[in-house]
Amino acid sequence: MLGKLSLSAIPLHDPIVMGAVSGSILLGLVILVLITYFRLWKPLWTDWLTSVDHKKIGIMYIVLALVMLLRGISDAIMMRAQQAMAAGASQGYLPADHFNQIFSAHGTIMIIFVAMPFIVGLMNIVIPLQIGSRDVAYPYLNAVSFWLTAAGAVLVMVSLGLGEFSKAGWSGYAPLTEQQYSPGTGVDYWLWAFQIAGVGSLLTSINFLVTIIKMRAPGMTLMRMPIFVWTSLCTAVLMVLSFPVLTAALGLLTMDRYLGMHFFTNTLGGNMMLYANLFWIWGHPEVYIVILPAFGIYSEVVATFSGKPLFGYTSMVWATAAIMVLSFSVWVHHFFTMGASPAVNIFFGITTMIIAVPTGVKIFNWLFTMYRGRIRFATPMYWTAAFIATFAVGGMAGILLASPASDYVLHNSLFLIAHFHNMLIPGALFSYLAGFTYWFPKAMGFRLNEKWGRRAFFGWLIGFYLSFVPLYILGIMGMPRRMVHYDNLAWHPYLIVAAVGAAVITFGVACQLIQLAVSIKERHAARDLTGDPWGGRTLEWAIASPPPIYNFAHIPEIRDIDAFMEMKENGAAYRRPEGYTDIHMPKNTGAGFINGALAFVFGFAMIWYIWWLAILCALGILVIMIVRAADDDTHYTVPAAEVARIENQRYQQLASAAASA
Amino acid sequence: MTTETLTIETSAAHDGHADPTELQIFGFWLYVLSDLVLFATLFATYAVLGRNYAGGPTPKEMFDLPYVFGETVLLLFSSATCGLAILAVQAHRKDRVWIWLAITFVLGLAFVGMELREFSQLILEGHRPERSAFLSSFFTLVGTHGAHVTAGLIWIMAMIMQVFTKGLTPAVQSRLLRFSLFWHFLDIVWVGVFTVVYLMGVM
Amino acid sequence: MRFLGSGIAALGVTALLSGCDHLLLLNPKGPIGAEERFVLIAAVVLMLIVVIPVAIMNIWFPWRYRASRSGAAYSPKWATSLKLEVVVWLVPALIVTALSILVWDTTHRLDPYKPIDTGVKPVRIEAVSLDWKWLFIYPDFNIAAVNKLVFPAKVPLSFRLTSASVMTSFFIPQLGSQIYAMGGMQTQLNLLADEPGTYAGQNQQYSGEGYAGMNFKAIATSREAFEDWIAQARQSPETLDLARYEQLEAPSENAPVMLFSGVQPGLFDTVLVKYGMSMQTQPAVMNSRSHDMESHGMQMKPNTSEKN
Repeated sequence: MLGKLSLSAIPLHDPIVMGAVSGSILLGLVILVLITYFRLWKPLWTDWLTSVDHKKIGIMYIVLALVMLLRGISDAIMMRAQQAMAAGASQGYLPADHFNQIFSAHGTIMIIFVAMPFIVGLMNIVIPLQIGSRDVAYPYLNAVSFWLTAAGAVLVMVSLGLGEFSKAGWSGYAPLTEQQYSPGTGVDYWLWAFQIAGVGSLLTSINFLVTIIKMRAPGMTLMRMPIFVWTSLCTAVLMVLSFPVLTAALGLLTMDRYLGMHFFTNTLGGNMMLYANLFWIWGHPEVYIVILPAFGIYSEVVATFSGKPLFGYTSMVWATAAIMVLSFSVWVHHFFTMGASPAVNIFFGITTMIIAVPTGVKIFNWLFTMYRGRIRFATPMYWTAAFIATFAVGGMAGILLASPASDYVLHNSLFLIAHFHNMLIPGALFSYLAGFTYWFPKAMGFRLNEKWGRRAFFGWLIGFYLSFVPLYILGIMGMPRRMVHYDNLAWHPYLIVAAVGAAVITFGVACQLIQLAVSIKERHAARDLTGDPWGGRTLEWAIASPPPIYNFAHIPEIRDIDAFMEMKENGAAYRRPEGYTDIHMPKNTGAGFINGALAFVFGFAMIWYIWWLAILCALGILVIMIVRAADDDTHYTVPAAEVARIENQRYQQLASAAASA
Repeated sequence: MTTETLTIETSAAHDGHADPTELQIFGFWLYVLSDLVLFATLFATYAVLGRNYAGGPTPKEMFDLPYVFGETVLLLFSSATCGLAILAVQAHRKDRVWIWLAITFVLGLAFVGMELREFSQLILEGHRPERSAFLSSFFTLVGTHGAHVTAGLIWIMAMIMQVFTKGLTPAVQSRLLRFSLFWHFLDIVWVGVFTVVYLMGVM
Repeated sequence: MRFLGSGIAALGVTALLSGCDHLLLLNPKGPIGAEERFVLIAAVVLMLIVVIPVAIMNIWFPWRYRASRSGAAYSPKWATSLKLEVVVWLVPALIVTALSILVWDTTHRLDPYKPIDTGVKPVRIEAVSLDWKWLFIYPDFNIAAVNKLVFPAKVPLSFRLTSASVMTSFFIPQLGSQIYAMGGMQTQLNLLADEPGTYAGQNQQYSGEGYAGMNFKAIATSREAFEDWIAQARQSPETLDLARYEQLEAPSENAPVMLFSGVQPGLFDTVLVKYGMSMQTQPAVMNSRSHDMESHGMQMKPNTSEKN
């Protein structure tokens, strides 16, 4: 009846896990009690869970990313603590069984449930506003995508308390992930969480590709799109083309594990090298999926706070497109040491290095944007300024790994770990946090506290260097990644420094939490009445913060890359139109949420071999799809009078802002 | 910006919901593209593993080419009848639309039935997917296509229902157009499967 | 920023004080490792041509053009410059060109499959990766060892590798180049130690529960000491027949060093075939090299240095 599921699935023997589980459950209970106490169930359902508004979905994505970030960072702290202890005679405090789950979960969570939802969340909030649209192309599909991602995240969390998580690393190399070597439920949790969230990402990419191509305001030609829109467009293309490969690779591994097939097994003709190829055909574009929009955010921030247009816009667009194309031709650099011939390795080594050219161009363009600017140091600019040189250093490390001959000694060492964290923390995460601070007032209507923001920044930056410079050195010292214990005592001091670095990062994260609390408490003082708190250049700053449900009462005409700057300069900004018309908006629906819930139960049932439940959920999803597809009544009308009322409020607000200024 | 241009713009297609059909067709093309990448991955897998027989059966011993050719003919015909259904949509002939859809459904069902029979016979003969990497990749590639066709059959049923209950509204027409896109796409993929798996396997 | 800079410098100094000895990759003991160190350093130097100016501008521009500093030039419309853009495309392109030439040359020369020609007949070693230990078979001496690799310095080593379990990576940092060991497939590696010494050897690819303990000592000796060791191994009471091998194959962690005085003939190929494919339809050994190219869909000539 319940498949493999029984009470023994709860890891009662492991006090650390049980502590985390009871902590999570307690926190969940507290939240449930608070929601009930403040009678928030109804607003939660009508305003959030059933919402198809891109701004609200974006906010939910970012909340998910921040929650999962806390989990990912806890994992990181546990790993660093273990490695700081487990030298020589000491075995540390974690058994290999637990340590291996932690690093596998850390990687999976940080890529799939932090980086992806964070950037997709920012894209959700910003893209329709920047292109002058009222929503994304498929608002309902957007909700489905989010709830699928959330379903995957919940599966990962459930693995804490029921069964175990994968012990085979986030990339899940076969044949270690095959039934023979990983018989437990761990790999299945990893598989289904990854797969369900991956489908969500695929749907998102189609949505944004159509939105950007088809729904731009009149006058916004491709070469007038804000750079964040360009980078998101390239990311969407990468996602449409690469995620199906992941779906297939995970699907084939599922066939191996569930039906005893032989795609990646050692025996009967299976070939694990095929898995490595398929995984990285998705995996390398994935790096650019999370980093290209990050480049877009830096570009927006550096232009706004330097008080200048972005230097070399055309170069920037071509550089982005070049990276997009090249990112599909480099995947073999993840396994130069597999024994391929020099010709193969040279081909992929050189294509990898060629990516350094457009990336270098971008770096110089950001620097020249600052040149002869008037740079205001608000928090987003701190993140950006610290990113540039740090990222260049990480790129230098990347070149060492892109050259096959040096990769032969650096591969799978802590040098590699340091390199990709150098790409993903300053490269991607710093930009998300910059974008978070930058667009927070737009989404929420008030600014974040600057003082705590700067503290968070310094915590992250100093913590990053303390954590990862030692890892670069340890890589040169020959230390492999993923070691639960080591005998070489020369490594020990560096791992202690790295653990201190993790603590400093934790301080930064704590500052961010305090920043959120302080900002919410002081939200009235920090209200953004104009909708343009930073002296913005692009269209999202032309409307109120937070924007009305329909975003734009009238769709503006675009004449420049920096569309709003052009309006401000020509006096067209804030001009009051003569009248308003009815606006059609998509209706809220609970179908997206229910879909996600069913996907979660489906994944759970598959993991525990509860076949009847899995079939039931699959049928449920099918029924929802058929019913929803037949529904012609998906929109409602915001009457012109209502639009006028909302817009009048906005103009009163503007007037009071002007009076107080 | 003058008020005059403002009024013109709001009436134009740019409030984002004025031309849903165009948006939906474009998005559906992108879905088809991503599905094509999925099939490309499965084809590549078959190309890599397709000769790893591991002492098990080879395509020559397994495949009954005339039988599979029969399947192919059924599917190709169903693509033609699907095209006729779309022509009937454009002619606003509701009665013909559902007749052609029904014929498409029957042809598709026959295709799936024949494929299931082929699979069950292979399995009865001991050529199970867990026997070798070749058989794993064969069953997965052909089976994934078959699953798509089955999804298409469910879609046809839903569309026949909609044509009956709603008539040929613009929304229904748009859905029929996307269905035909999907159906033709499956046909093209099948031509690939027939060539790469069956013809090249037996040659 | 300056605080950080000094922090990094301090770390660097500590690294130097603790001795270059521990920076294994900068302290190679063989020609392969030495050349790879050269690639490391050359690539860093080439990249510094870009990284140093970037770092300087990254500090200088924000400082000089900060809004709180009055009197700095401000060009609110300046956003293009053909000259600058040519430079920013050209400089990285030139550096990458130089790097590509370096890659072309060194990847050919440092191909792990390429035999090292010193005029001396290489010592052949067959390495089998087991859960979680290394088995080294010396086919020319009919002995085998677990988790200990003894070999003469100044004599080329010619490895054939495979795995009886999941994928692992065979690596002796101070000798250079690692290579994967994979079930049913054979990879090759050629190394040489310049001087006698004891070097750390390890599995560089995470392989499950006992991964952290999958280490071995790689001991380079004089020719005489090597022959003594062979003689000592031949005294070992244990022999490695198929039955003993199957015992050995069972997972075990932190396995002790073992010596075997005799080895089942063709044991390495037996392991390969066990996971390879049937003899009738396919060659017994799937060579990672030829197969790898197939999976990339590339047409390339078989490498001439490849011998099965």
